[in-house]
Amino acid sequence: MNKSPYVIIGNGIAGITCARHIRKYDSDASILVISGESEHFFSRTALMYIYMGHMQYQHTKPYEDWFWEKNRIELKKTWITSIDTTKQQLISDTGEKIPYGTLIIATGSKPLTIGWPGEDLKGVQGLYSLQDLENMEDNTQGIQRGVIVGGGLIGIEMAEMLKSRGIEVTFLVREKNFWDTVLPTEEAELINRHIRAHDVDLRLGTELAEIISNGNGNVSAVKTNTGEEIPCQFVGLTIGVTPNISLLKNHPDIQSNRGVLVDKYFQTNIEGVYAIGDCAEFTESPGPNRKTIEQVWYTGRMHGETLAYNLTHEEKVSYKPGIWFNSAKFFDLEYQTYGHVPNNIPATLDTFHWENEAGTVAIRFVYDKTVGTIKGINSIGWRMRHAYFDKAIDEGWLFEKILTHLDKASFDAEFATKHTAAVIQAYNTIKKRNVSLPKKGFLKRIVTAFS
Amino acid sequence: MKALQKLGIALFCLALAFFSFLPFIGQYTLTAELVKSNVKDIHQEQMVEILEPMYGETYASNFAFIADFNSYFNTYNDALKANQEWDAVIWDNYAYALTKAAAESPVIDQPWLHIGITLILGSLGALLYILPLYKGKLPGIKHDGIYFSSMKSRGLLGIFTGTWLILFYVILYWYPEYLTNLVLMVDPISMAISGNPASQWFLYGLIYTLAILVMGVRMFKKYKGNPYQLLRTASVMFFQLAFAFLLPEILMLFNMPWHDFKNIWPLDYSFFYDYRLDGMISSGALGMFMLIWGIILIVIAVPLLTYFYGKRWYCSWVCGCGGLAETLGDPYRQLSDKSLKAWKVERYLIHGVLVFAVVMTGITLTNYFMEFELLGQATNQLHSIYGFAIGSAFAGVIGTGFYPLMGNRVWCRFGCPLAAYLGLVQRFKSRFRITTNGGQCISCGNCSTYCEMGIDVRWYAQRGQNIVRSSCVGCGVCASVCPRGVLKLENGEEEGRINDLPIIIGNKSITIKN
Ligand SMILES: Cc1cc2nc3c(=O)[nH]c(=O)nc-3n(C[C@H](O)[C@H](O)[C@H](O)COP(=O)(O)OP(=O)(O)OC[C@H]3O[C@@H](n4cnc5c(N)ncnc54)[C@H](O)[C@@H]3O)c2cc1C
Ligand code: SF4
Repeated sequence: MNKSPYVIIGNGIAGITCARHIRKYDSDASILVISGESEHFFSRTALMYIYMGHMQYQHTKPYEDWFWEKNRIELKKTWITSIDTTKQQLISDTGEKIPYGTLIIATGSKPLTIGWPGEDLKGVQGLYSLQDLENMEDNTQGIQRGVIVGGGLIGIEMAEMLKSRGIEVTFLVREKNFWDTVLPTEEAELINRHIRAHDVDLRLGTELAEIISNGNGNVSAVKTNTGEEIPCQFVGLTIGVTPNISLLKNHPDIQSNRGVLVDKYFQTNIEGVYAIGDCAEFTESPGPNRKTIEQVWYTGRMHGETLAYNLTHEEKVSYKPGIWFNSAKFFDLEYQTYGHVPNNIPATLDTFHWENEAGTVAIRFVYDKTVGTIKGINSIGWRMRHAYFDKAIDEGWLFEKILTHLDKASFDAEFATKHTAAVIQAYNTIKKRNVSLPKKGFLKRIVTAFS
Repeated sequence: MKALQKLGIALFCLALAFFSFLPFIGQYTLTAELVKSNVKDIHQEQMVEILEPMYGETYASNFAFIADFNSYFNTYNDALKANQEWDAVIWDNYAYALTKAAAESPVIDQPWLHIGITLILGSLGALLYILPLYKGKLPGIKHDGIYFSSMKSRGLLGIFTGTWLILFYVILYWYPEYLTNLVLMVDPISMAISGNPASQWFLYGLIYTLAILVMGVRMFKKYKGNPYQLLRTASVMFFQLAFAFLLPEILMLFNMPWHDFKNIWPLDYSFFYDYRLDGMISSGALGMFMLIWGIILIVIAVPLLTYFYGKRWYCSWVCGCGGLAETLGDPYRQLSDKSLKAWKVERYLIHGVLVFAVVMTGITLTNYFMEFELLGQATNQLHSIYGFAIGSAFAGVIGTGFYPLMGNRVWCRFGCPLAAYLGLVQRFKSRFRITTNGGQCISCGNCSTYCEMGIDVRWYAQRGQNIVRSSCVGCGVCASVCPRGVLKLENGEEEGRINDLPIIIGNKSITIKN
């Protein structure tokens, strides 16, 4: 059994889930969660809503402040500067020594930068932490234009944030289409159009070359790889995030690569020291088509759940994530994905994509070319039922069968426009198939009209 | 904001100022004849004598008039009370009727002009502001800047609005004599619909309906592209206009008792009071229908419809209180308290009110069927306590006055006995739930923040658990605002409705073993 006290560095979703689950399984363990960023756990994913005035900081806390004391999860707000694995203690920036029995590193990510000229100017920043949000508030007071660099999920959120305050946005995306390292072309193009419909000056295939100062240490423009200068008072750098392992820089004893290296039990090379969440890097991919660094909210949670189980049970389980899922929102368009949908569909797979006329709803199926079993699905502007696709993909249901069940698989609100018929018709036309529409009696239609 | 919208706001404020100022204009002259024609026969002699010193005097304001009236009237009553001559005390309140009768005010001569500069100007101003809202914007969540808004986040404007509403309700319920000018102003509208002069309740109903209609249009703008929100808004607008406002007045035109067919006991707490029962019983077939319909609603419609659709069928599609909350109150929905503590208080309060209403009605009915032998007129006392504390103070003053301070469903959440009844059915025997979409929740908190009932939706969603709560009125806003498509209001099989998953979908490490 592992030793109490459990000390967790990082109060994000991974660290907190782990702490909660340790408590769930072991009512005696002593648990301490340390973070330099905030006193309490808050939802990083909601940072944009604070800036846009949808919520205040306190609304982003998933648990009320009394929760921690009630569950005897001790919290400490401080930065850890080093780890002494022989004496089993942490040292904080104020010199405090904190002993641990078991150490869990859950320090998350930090924005990635690549050393552009001018990236240290005032008004240039990434968005990851509460402190970043405060800076952004400061840096965007009374400005006219911001430039966002990097076409990913945080970039588009930053664009939306600025637009909500009436600030003009130029969005530099290196790729041919928005986020097309993940999205297949049709989806990426749909999002391009949506971004432009929000009056964002989207520059595809454009890279940042340099950030130009106004002479007083503030940003005054950016120069792109085509040599164009775009005047602006703010630059958001959002080309991605990288595991935050600055803490380990002086600790070669804990092995790291891009992230803290762990096995499928989240164990580092040192016994009693674990890493979970964004900062962990698996020595071996946890499953087919899975990356060795998983940087999303959901995986952070699963890491925390699994590690807590292992720390409190004799029989260990290895980390086995189920069917992949993710979701995001691009301005007004929601996106969900289940299973395996690569941006370039390989030859062994077939795909069917449908989009409504207005370009506000789209769905893509990826399925086995020979046997027709479902592999994955993307949907935009159409909510899908997680439980349904988790099962369908896991059990390898026939894709054509799913087509006729789309109403059931849909998670859209009641009275929402139903697209099943249009999707099936398009499928039959394009793929020259003959899938019949789901039949519904008159009575059944009335009965289910409100369900 | 466009210039037109600014103009709209300016006109609305102007109309509000006129509306607030009108009660204090005009002059007041009382005569013995007026007193005679406005008090009950048994009080005529005394009242004519008590108010004698006021005759012939022209009061320049209702303050002066009401002050004098109260002083003479109270002197008379106080003397009797001091001598314990309880039977001789005049318990009726004639201040309102006599102030109205004594008024000589420009609103009587030119009611439409005054309606024009208050109600019509106000509605037009509001619409000028509302109609261009979100023009050219794509459908989506329109919550930008809510927490920077003084009006919507308990800033000065919000506090001012709350104070105005609270004052309005206090005057309406307990000092209607100060509102007589406004009532006189809407007399022609009342005459046109029901053939009767207006009362303060007609005035109130008219403003209430206007508020729902105008702010309903705002909902149409805000939620364009969202059929669930559009439909239920249209529904509350319809039920308010047709069932709560027009139909009861039309019934009066035909000498029927005023009756709101969609109001249900115990929200309609006076349904079983003797005067209501007598009124219905003595109104022929239609009266009998009112009585039977009312009882069917209580014993069949509530449990059955709530079983199939949840309490939303009433609370956010039909009810008048809900209608106002969902339209006028929508800008304030985020102000409800989400704490566990608030939930505890809520359960004590709302069920307390339900017990109060049931016990009171039980006693009233028993007394009624025993032909008042049990308690005589003592139930009246009970009724006035309930009417004062619950019907007026809680439902009105706190329920609506506190919109800008505690959110738009204070009454529905903490006080409404019908909501408590619907809620019990919804919690224990219903097909309705808000389904949580597996593991997709990112704990952002939009759902909880915008829940007008103060349900901490996220608490359930982030655990992969469905939301089954007695208080949920099914407004659907949590599902609309969720950026990850996690929530869906559904009616479905009872089995699996309340799910307590050990581990959320997506992680196979632990589910495999367990
Ligand atoms: C703006 C934004 C939006 C996002 N939206 C989504 C989304 O919609 N869906 C999704 O799946 N994912 C999203 N993500 C990613 C997701 O938030 C992360 O994957 C997740 O928060 C990682 O959780 P974690 O617990 O690993 O680390 P974190 O949440 O980063 O927590 C780590 C904590 O440790 C602290 N810390 C680090 N080093 C030290 C130290 N030396 N001493 C003390 N404390 C330390 C950090 O300050 C931080 O508070 C988003 C991220 C951002 C920034
Ligand atoms: S709004 Fe959606 S994602 Fe955010 S906390 Fe609620 S259910 Fe979760």
